[in-house]
Amino acid sequence: MMKRFVYINDDSSQNLYCDNRISNRKYTILNFLPKNLWEQFRRFMNQYFLLIACLQLWSLITPVNPASTWGPLIIIFAVSATKEAWDDYNRYLSDKQANEKEVWVVKDGIRKHIKAQDIHVGNIVWLRENDEVPCDLVLIGTSEPQGICYVETAALDGETDLKTRVLPSSCIGLTPEQLHKIKGVIECPNPDKDIRRFDSNMRLFPPFIDNDLCPLTIDNTLLQSCYLRNTEWACGVAVYTGNETKLGMSRGVPEPKLTAVDAMIDKLTGAIFLFQIVVVIVLGFAGNIWKDTEARKQWYAQYPEDGPWYELLVIPLRFELLCSIMIPISLKVSLDLVKSIYAKFIDWDEEMYDHETMTAPHAANTAISEDLGQVEYILTDKTGTLTENKMSFRRCCINGTFYGNESGDALKDVELLNAVINNVPDVIRFLTIMTICNTVVPVRSMSGNILYKAQSQDEDALVNAAARLHMVLISKNGNSLEINFNGKLIHYEILDTLEFTSERKRMSVVVKDSEDGKILLLSKGADEAILPLSYAGQQIRPFVDAVDQYAQLGLRTLCLGWRELKDDEYKDWSQAFKEARSTLVNREWKLDEVCQRLEHDLEVIGVTAVEDQLQDGVPETIETLRKAGINFWMLTGDKQKTAIQIALLCNFISSEPRGQLLFINGKTEDEVLRSLERVLLTMKITSSEPKDLAFVVDGWALEIILKQYRSVFTELAILSRTAICCRVTPSQKAQLVELLKSCDYRTLAIGDGGNDVRMIQNADIGVGISGREGLQAARAADYSIGKFRFLKRLILVHGRYSYNRTAFLSQYSFYKSLLICFIQIFFSFFSGVSGTSLFNSISLMAYNVFYTSVPVLTVVLDKDLTEKTVMQNPQILFYCQAGRLLNPSTFAGWFGRSLYHALVVFLITVHAYADEKSEMEQLSMVALSGCIWLQAFVVTIEMNSFTIFHHLAIWGNLLCFYGLNLMISAIPSAGLYTIMFRLCRQPSYWITLFLITVVGMGPVLALKYFRYTYRSSAINILQQAERSRVATFSIRDLDSQLKSIEKDVGSLASRNKFKSSVYEPLITDSPTATRRAVGPSAFDFLQPAQSRDDQNAGLLEIVCMLTE
Amino acid sequence: MNNSAASTSSGSGDVPAPRRNSNRPKYSRFTQQELPACKPILTPRWVITVFTLIGVIFVPIGVAALMASNKVVEIVYRYDAVCIHGNTKDEKVAYIQNANTSKTCIITLTVPKDMDQPIYVYYQLDNFYQNHRRYVKSRNDAQLKDSDKANDTSGCDPEKTTPDGSPILPCGLIAWSLFNDTYSFSIGNQNLTVNKVGISWKSDRDHKFGDNVFPRNFQNGTMKGGASLNESIPLSQQEDLIVWMRTAALPTFRKPYGKIEQNLRVNETITVIIQNYYNTYSFSGKKKLVLSTSSWLGGKNDFTGIAYLTIGGLCFFLATAFTVVYLVKPRYVLLQI
Repeated sequence: MMKRFVYINDDSSQNLYCDNRISNRKYTILNFLPKNLWEQFRRFMNQYFLLIACLQLWSLITPVNPASTWGPLIIIFAVSATKEAWDDYNRYLSDKQANEKEVWVVKDGIRKHIKAQDIHVGNIVWLRENDEVPCDLVLIGTSEPQGICYVETAALDGETDLKTRVLPSSCIGLTPEQLHKIKGVIECPNPDKDIRRFDSNMRLFPPFIDNDLCPLTIDNTLLQSCYLRNTEWACGVAVYTGNETKLGMSRGVPEPKLTAVDAMIDKLTGAIFLFQIVVVIVLGFAGNIWKDTEARKQWYAQYPEDGPWYELLVIPLRFELLCSIMIPISLKVSLDLVKSIYAKFIDWDEEMYDHETMTAPHAANTAISEDLGQVEYILTDKTGTLTENKMSFRRCCINGTFYGNESGDALKDVELLNAVINNVPDVIRFLTIMTICNTVVPVRSMSGNILYKAQSQDEDALVNAAARLHMVLISKNGNSLEINFNGKLIHYEILDTLEFTSERKRMSVVVKDSEDGKILLLSKGADEAILPLSYAGQQIRPFVDAVDQYAQLGLRTLCLGWRELKDDEYKDWSQAFKEARSTLVNREWKLDEVCQRLEHDLEVIGVTAVEDQLQDGVPETIETLRKAGINFWMLTGDKQKTAIQIALLCNFISSEPRGQLLFINGKTEDEVLRSLERVLLTMKITSSEPKDLAFVVDGWALEIILKQYRSVFTELAILSRTAICCRVTPSQKAQLVELLKSCDYRTLAIGDGGNDVRMIQNADIGVGISGREGLQAARAADYSIGKFRFLKRLILVHGRYSYNRTAFLSQYSFYKSLLICFIQIFFSFFSGVSGTSLFNSISLMAYNVFYTSVPVLTVVLDKDLTEKTVMQNPQILFYCQAGRLLNPSTFAGWFGRSLYHALVVFLITVHAYADEKSEMEQLSMVALSGCIWLQAFVVTIEMNSFTIFHHLAIWGNLLCFYGLNLMISAIPSAGLYTIMFRLCRQPSYWITLFLITVVGMGPVLALKYFRYTYRSSAINILQQAERSRVATFSIRDLDSQLKSIEKDVGSLASRNKFKSSVYEPLITDSPTATRRAVGPSAFDFLQPAQSRDDQNAGLLEIVCMLTE
Repeated sequence: MNNSAASTSSGSGDVPAPRRNSNRPKYSRFTQQELPACKPILTPRWVITVFTLIGVIFVPIGVAALMASNKVVEIVYRYDAVCIHGNTKDEKVAYIQNANTSKTCIITLTVPKDMDQPIYVYYQLDNFYQNHRRYVKSRNDAQLKDSDKANDTSGCDPEKTTPDGSPILPCGLIAWSLFNDTYSFSIGNQNLTVNKVGISWKSDRDHKFGDNVFPRNFQNGTMKGGASLNESIPLSQQEDLIVWMRTAALPTFRKPYGKIEQNLRVNETITVIIQNYYNTYSFSGKKKLVLSTSSWLGGKNDFTGIAYLTIGGLCFFLATAFTVVYLVKPRYVLLQI
């Protein structure tokens, strides 16, 4: 393992490592241009456009002025580069501010003020209260006599509670004067980004102390960006500086996520690219043949008898350039623009603003809003996500006596209060463990009240409950701890803390009672982590019952236990513990092992039960999203019973007889496999029944399954719409996400705590709840919201609109590019297949980046259905989930439309402007005007709602087109000189345009009307319902109809997607499969099957009402 | 201390993330996506009205356009076949390329209807690709306009310079292949004057072709293309060249030759003496002489009228069909759900 040795206060060694200049900048002034260009050119599309632009520089083959590609390309690059530069400049400014901050550093034995950027590794840095820590320090001195200080780590991990940091044992008691002269060496690992670990050692040089090796942990460090609180001063040795700090190392660009829509667009781009190649090859061949047979006879073209070697390539390359506009250069920019607006709409949304915690929703990832509308699986954490994570102590069981069972609140249970007053030993012991065995920090506020700062809400609830029961934790200073019990002060000395880890599932403290000097081990933890440790012969039955009973009620339970330690036993163990703590390799594992050596033969004395209330609106949200065809999996660290109880409470699963839970359990591989196969079989048999099946699996079984029976489990996962996974670790959560993703499902992971971070990062969409467990999850997430219930709006409103809008925008972009490209291709048949461009360079450029890009941007304001309707009919999300609005078949529709429109524009233009009017510039402007008019009407007819912006953009754009071209027509040197004036004066120009518009749009309108009225999709029905004033009851009727239809289709569609042959039989097993499996034709998936006619009758009635 | 007061305490104080508590979104109808919007839907009534309306507008326009087109009197005479000697293509090409053969050809045209002046004389070429990539770019606009840039022949390949290297003005294939057939008209013994002034666009004469730019080294090369130009007349007055340089977008095109400013009566016989110089035989192109009056829509072109009438009719048909379906089977609406 690579190590670094930090020599304290030694100027000679300080240049080994970088100074403390932090730099978040991606670029410097010098490398900005090359680096930025390099980054941009890593994208295939940009490479393609660059190639095209370079080819255009060859004047022999370019059909148009190179400016028509270079212009947009440069604009697009400039826009991205400017954005990057601006972001980088802001980063530079904030870096500079941090770098130039003044800090106190010891130099040559005296304290000096220097800039933060000049700190070197080994320097001793002094901090005062509320100072920000400038680099990663190892604490060596504080003002507090106990050798502790408090830090706020919110900027690092988002946790807002104060954390205690302690001096390394060898530094305790050093005076500030000594600290100025201290020398020593710290042996620590090379910089990494793990903010939970700092496994190193310190050795102070004489005369300070003997050469004792002193272990250091993360508790001995002050990390960059934390704040010193409640401590007058502290000082530490810089160990990591600049960008090598824990914070600096963990900074990094997360891998960009690609939405399903983007993937589809890429696929379509690829298809268009292939099509383009085919066109180029065909036309290139045709052109060469025409040249050899016809063009050689055309003496006026003066074709040389034999041209250069590359002559055969010239015509295909010309067509390549001509057809390059098929792939819209503006698409990327338009998409980026609208996507950032979608994200802004989320940020701005009033209805997702959490008034209670004053958190606004935030879209940290602006690029994936469409995916929200295509979510198929939601994997949710329980605590803090579905529940409030606001714990309150409700019940407890002390040595077989249940408290709080009648009133539901143990704190009001007279028996318990009496027991406390009567000093019943077990009860006192119980309260003591509640009060001491935790990592809560009591802080005395200005007003004299004691506030508790806790990382875990459970601990917080326990300490507060104990305080209500007259056992008040007053102070915790380093190793000493003070309790006020019924007015009597009790002191304890904390000898060791055996920390909580998710593997151990328990924590313990070793304390020494100051009065009688007894050493006690106090433990608390999950039932399965404590009960097996009870001493031989203890009856644990009552505790198991208690845990069961509480779990049934959805309460979170903890078991408390203790034992007295013999002096020498402790001494031996303590030595081993110290050694384990100072190892550099595998420290965590070794600590685990040492802890286990002490935690045994406990006397279990009770069980606590805390309640975690469900958040507002959780059941409704789950029900709505379920209706929308989204499957839910609950992944929780809690135990099975509690999880099931919560699941029932929040509509996650239905109770018997509608719902049925299938348990997968077992301790050995065989048991698990058998259980798994049984569940799978049941699932297959009952899949046709209208029953809500859910499977339940615990962490142990899951571990085996994920290792051994992945494929069987995958099969099960596909069949099951609901699952509860309890007792799962963070990494298992992430694995489950991966598993669903590997089946090609779009997953959304939602959570609130640090243990959800991995799952959130792995999922297609990560949603974080800015909750009590800090902001870690919210930071890692793509979206952060205040409450679970906002998820409904995030998906149904924002996700759905975003998907619809992008689907239209992207296909429209292809449409308009294809339109003009097809016209060019048609024209080539009239120009001897020689690759002449009909349109001039300016028009081509402006067409793509200006005329046709602006109106369509108003799509960001388009709403096909009102938010209310969508919320009432969540099934409508199916269209987005199944990708009904953007897929090869809808794209084929747009492709056909562009072909048709190109034909219309071209044929009408050449016939109306034939003979004496067939002047090149005029004819091209007529065709271009035709395209502009058509695209304006296409946008109009495809929009569902018109705001003032729509009118401005669509009609204003038309005016701009004329304004701009009239302006160009007034410039004598322009090729277009006087052309536009001429055309506008000709009645035949306007008559031709009118004809083009009507012939182009007439069939589109008729077809749309026909489909809308006689082949309506559910969206159309809702649109009609929304806009006619029908009594709500009939809409509800309609709603139920929709539900039955879509449920069917929805579940199947998600199944159909899984194309692996292994699962094919499942599809045909399904009774609905045969008629649905024909293919995802865009419009007739709602075609009636014979059996449905009866159901439709009811709907018909309503529909007739609607249409009248 | 203010910060510690703001941090979580005993689970009761709700603490927003530090950076976020102030950015509560400001309400506006735009940010909430609640801008007033009109949401038209395709009701039968609306769609039927639209189609009917289009029909109502289209039919009269179609009738007017057809009438305008019918009023135009047009005489089209294809002369390339009759004005040549030889049967095979090679013979024809040899004949037309031979400088010593007589290219004069006399044809007679009969006026089918009264033609009011001005009567436009056009020549029409078929299968002539003025829009060919190699051809259409072979010109230099700066040279034509500015006498200082006479030597600027960039883009004019392969007609840039004479073999001895002096720049051609006007350079390029377009100018080089200038059409050079000539027509002279007479009725009986009386000559019909053809006014060749003003056949080009005024904007071209004023701004595209310089009045101090004179042809130089034109048609001096090894191969003679089309017409030669009088070197003493500035380009701005070489209207045939100006017209020719306005390239046509389609392989069949007409270009103005002149105007006959005299009414022609029905059944009058016009004798045309054609100097048939221009070689369209090597690529089997046709040459036609066109005399035509004009209307508000331009020359004779039935396309617009017919198209308008057809579309108008179709719109009426669609409107009727939609109405019938709507009236007869309103209950079928949405049956297909």
